[in-house]
Amino acid sequence: MSSPLRIINGRVFDPANGVDGEVRDLCIRDGRIVDQLPAQARQLDAHGMVIMPGGVDIHCHIAGPKVNLARKMQPEDHRHDVVPSTAVTRSGTGGTVPSTFATGYRYATLGYTTAMDAAVPPLGARHTLEEFHDTPIIDKGFYIVLGNNIFLNQLLKEKRHEEFREAVAWWISATKAYAAKLVNPGGDEPWKGRRNSNVSDIDANIPEFDITPRQIINAFVHAVNDLGLPHPPHIHCNNLGHSGNFRTTIETMKAAEGRRLHMAHIQFHSYGGELGKNPKSKGPEIARYINENENITCDVGQVMFGKATVMTGDAPAAYVLRKITGNKWVNSDVECESGCGIVPFSYQEHIYTHAMQWAIGLELFLLSKDPWRIVLSTDHPNGGSFMSYPRLIKLLMDREFRKQEIARVNQKAIRNTVLLDDLEREYTLNEIAIITRAGPARALGLVNKGHLGSGADADITIYDELEDKEEMFSSPRYVLKDGELIIDDHEIRQDHEGRLLHVAPAYDEDIEQQIKPFFDKYYSIEFGNYAVGDEYLHRHQTVPTLGERQS
Amino acid sequence: MIIPGRSQKQGTSLNAGKLGEEYLEVTSTAELNQDDMKRLGLEDGDRIRLRTTTGESVVRCKGRKPEDLPAGMIFLPYGPSSSQLMASDTAGSGMPISKNFEVEVEVL
Amino acid sequence: MGDNIKIIENATCTFCGCVCDDMHLTVDLDEKKITKAKNACVLGRAWFAQHGIPDYPQATIGGKEASVEDAVEEAAQILAEAKFPIIYGLSDTTCEAQRHAVAIADLIHGCIDTTTSVCHGPSGIAFQGVGESTATLGEVKNRADFIMYWGGNPAESHPRHFTRYAVTTKGLYTPNGKKDRTVVLVDVRKTPSAPVADIFLSVKPGRDFELAWALRALVKGRKLDPSIEQVTGVSLATLEDLVDRMKNCRYGVLFFGMGLTMTRGRHFNSGAVLALTTDLNEFTHFVAKPVRGHGNVTGADNVLSWQTGYPFGVNFSRGFPRFNPGEFTTVDTLARGDADAALIIASDPASNFPRKAIEHLGAIPVIALDTKQTQTTNLARVAFITATYGINTAGTVYRMDDVPITLRKAFDSPYPTDEEILTAIRRRVQALCGGPAVPLRKVS
Repeated sequence: MSSPLRIINGRVFDPANGVDGEVRDLCIRDGRIVDQLPAQARQLDAHGMVIMPGGVDIHCHIAGPKVNLARKMQPEDHRHDVVPSTAVTRSGTGGTVPSTFATGYRYATLGYTTAMDAAVPPLGARHTLEEFHDTPIIDKGFYIVLGNNIFLNQLLKEKRHEEFREAVAWWISATKAYAAKLVNPGGDEPWKGRRNSNVSDIDANIPEFDITPRQIINAFVHAVNDLGLPHPPHIHCNNLGHSGNFRTTIETMKAAEGRRLHMAHIQFHSYGGELGKNPKSKGPEIARYINENENITCDVGQVMFGKATVMTGDAPAAYVLRKITGNKWVNSDVECESGCGIVPFSYQEHIYTHAMQWAIGLELFLLSKDPWRIVLSTDHPNGGSFMSYPRLIKLLMDREFRKQEIARVNQKAIRNTVLLDDLEREYTLNEIAIITRAGPARALGLVNKGHLGSGADADITIYDELEDKEEMFSSPRYVLKDGELIIDDHEIRQDHEGRLLHVAPAYDEDIEQQIKPFFDKYYSIEFGNYAVGDEYLHRHQTVPTLGERQS
Repeated sequence: MIIPGRSQKQGTSLNAGKLGEEYLEVTSTAELNQDDMKRLGLEDGDRIRLRTTTGESVVRCKGRKPEDLPAGMIFLPYGPSSSQLMASDTAGSGMPISKNFEVEVEVL
Repeated sequence: MGDNIKIIENATCTFCGCVCDDMHLTVDLDEKKITKAKNACVLGRAWFAQHGIPDYPQATIGGKEASVEDAVEEAAQILAEAKFPIIYGLSDTTCEAQRHAVAIADLIHGCIDTTTSVCHGPSGIAFQGVGESTATLGEVKNRADFIMYWGGNPAESHPRHFTRYAVTTKGLYTPNGKKDRTVVLVDVRKTPSAPVADIFLSVKPGRDFELAWALRALVKGRKLDPSIEQVTGVSLATLEDLVDRMKNCRYGVLFFGMGLTMTRGRHFNSGAVLALTTDLNEFTHFVAKPVRGHGNVTGADNVLSWQTGYPFGVNFSRGFPRFNPGEFTTVDTLARGDADAALIIASDPASNFPRKAIEHLGAIPVIALDTKQTQTTNLARVAFITATYGINTAGTVYRMDDVPITLRKAFDSPYPTDEEILTAIRRRVQALCGGPAVPLRKVS
């Protein structure tokens, strides 16, 4: 550990502690923020600079089986964007799906110090952890996909809710995951077993299990909240991308019955209009519902124009895009659990639907009343790369820039939104600090992240305060991770191993005896080889459940 | 036309060591269509020389029924003998043509 | 047999790409050998039985016994001094070792390539062109009612493929095993795999692409001339019947082997069957899977992909990864005479590469790591004998369907592991060449 450090003269934005741009000292010792240091401690002068906690990405796709398939499939994505090795860093390649080393370095160079991969099939947990070992600097974790898990759905069919809860806890513990993810709940059986069809109604019966998507969602909301996991169920709703899907989205939020639920990339779920026709905006309706229901958090999944890679556990949705684009396509079924689809994609300003998606994302940001419950994301790399976050921040902070950009895109789409109806709001630095740091850390239940109070992890980003917000957020002057000065004068000066963040909820061990016979019959690997061993943890932190925190 | 490939014996014998007698024997025994062998006056165990523009190998031959191995085809387990026959041009793919290439057979 | 017997359950066989993890091993710890491998196939039994502790020196330099330290030093010097060093092999070692191999290539600005380039490399190229609809093997077991093997002979190369994963095994929606499935085999000869098939198609040698393209045409509802039989060796009626079955099955699977990748057409052949699979998804659920050979060749593809963005044939001469099959693949770098030093890990190119490539390998300094003496270790300037993965070492391997599995060690070997040797070489090379240090494993 480096010696104690006092950062002086910077304007501090620490919304979790009510600090809004005041000049004050920050004291760091042993990787944490402390109240005070001896007067002779080393100093870093941040005069003219803005200090925020390190950024926290609540929803991205950066490691694991489908990410690696997307890397492997797209040499054209890497060729133009290379990352040479340096005296302290490994080489790699970029594009929308960067290599692991490049992913860690690039998050750090944006001032992000924590990122969560949002969709890993449990069978791919080991793979994800192996990639994480090669993803430097940032802290990271992953959510396991459980909403189409055959064993769990069979328990729901038999209304065995207590065993369901224990099995969810077992699965999360066994895979070293951070949270439970639902992707298009109930959709895998029609996709894999019924000629590539899908479930389109949250109340439609899934005959294989005799349950509905709503029942699956509701069961997860109760199980995960009862288990006290730091992050609630993280849901990718049914009907992603389809016109008219906003009703499903509202119904999904209602299925939470007032308990905590995180809505992933909600922009992709805020469409009006008729199925099969051009979407209309229902951004205002969705924003209103979220404003009025404090149990809901969301991330936006903003679309940014340019190259993207669609990669999703929602294989039917990826296939729809494959049919539209005719692009090369990956579908990958994972036995008894999940699957994914991958399609290279490009969002274009002149295309009505793309412009509409872009505009709906902005509507959601601008109409949201509680920045603590709306998180900045592009669903990297689905809506665009995380490297476009600085540009997105500029769109939110700079009304004139936003107007210029609005004028450049498909105007028919814009006329179907409220973007030109006096949406003059400009995000403040304090609000940006909330939607990129403090809010996601709180939604994740990470008490040591997203703030700069005593005891917090010393993950700190220091920006030159510039008029052009894209420039400002593209290249922080300093980034500290665990108190180590990783980026100094805009350059990476040392490599660093971040932590794996995972949870280990207790469970009734009898549940393993119920799961094992299912494995023996229907999995192709042995039950005894399924749970991920501690040797894959390396540097890590077991984040306590809410219950463990109280006791 | 020759098809170098994997066989079970090639697989089990390589565990014992690629310098072992069994592996070397397995990988230098070629299967030929029985009718072709008759035409050439060959019997199981006879030696033949296989030749391509790249190189040549001497192997022993063994007959297979025409329904299992069509006329004009030779199967040879991967190994040092098949390597001698393979050209190194990969046509920009990294992969040399390792199956289905033409060889000349000389009866020894 | 000694008294010191250990039983290991759920052990993994790494001989072929099936990576069966249900081995029940009986280990004689005194004799340091595996006396019984329950559940293993004929290849697996040979794998476990023959990997005892050999009686070779741990390291040799110029054919003479040397200390591991001296051999590491010699290896590092060779790699650091070379202008165009290549690293090759890697399919029969753990991902943990593979990760260090890529790091060495990064430090020495060399090439790294794996046995993928001479097995399913063309399928990797095809994947980059058209993508792939695919599945884990458990999906095949649970759902597949139509299975086609094309240009592969699993009965001999992957003996448990039929019984554990695909044909006779019973699954969730296939409770009657083989009775619930139609099995088709396409090959140029009637291999020992043919008896398992309900339908055997004998394709003319070198006409796989034409056959796949004819099937694509029929799937898309185009008319074909009966002369297609002269081209492919398969009658139009047979093709039409096959397409009908493919479109009407519930869950179709196409496994393809090196009969497609190693012959005329190469990646075009793989691309054709992958495109055919994609086309069939208009009608039903259909997946494809190359049947990969070595125990961890799939892991090598994965490690290279996540560290560099590319699955094989990667070059670091300019300080960052570049990919170009035909330029940076090993047969080419050797046959062209570009390589001026080679580090070969767990592979024996001196025995199975084209002659010209082998000749160049004999002319440059070679460093070889293997569990046994091979043609390659024999010609190597520096040779290390290492412990066998999955028998003497733990670690991670990826099954042919990208499912990662953790190995269990059966007994200790006096030989170092690949990971240990490669870590040591990496440290020395880093000291000689500069560049990022080897990270220490920190645990908090």
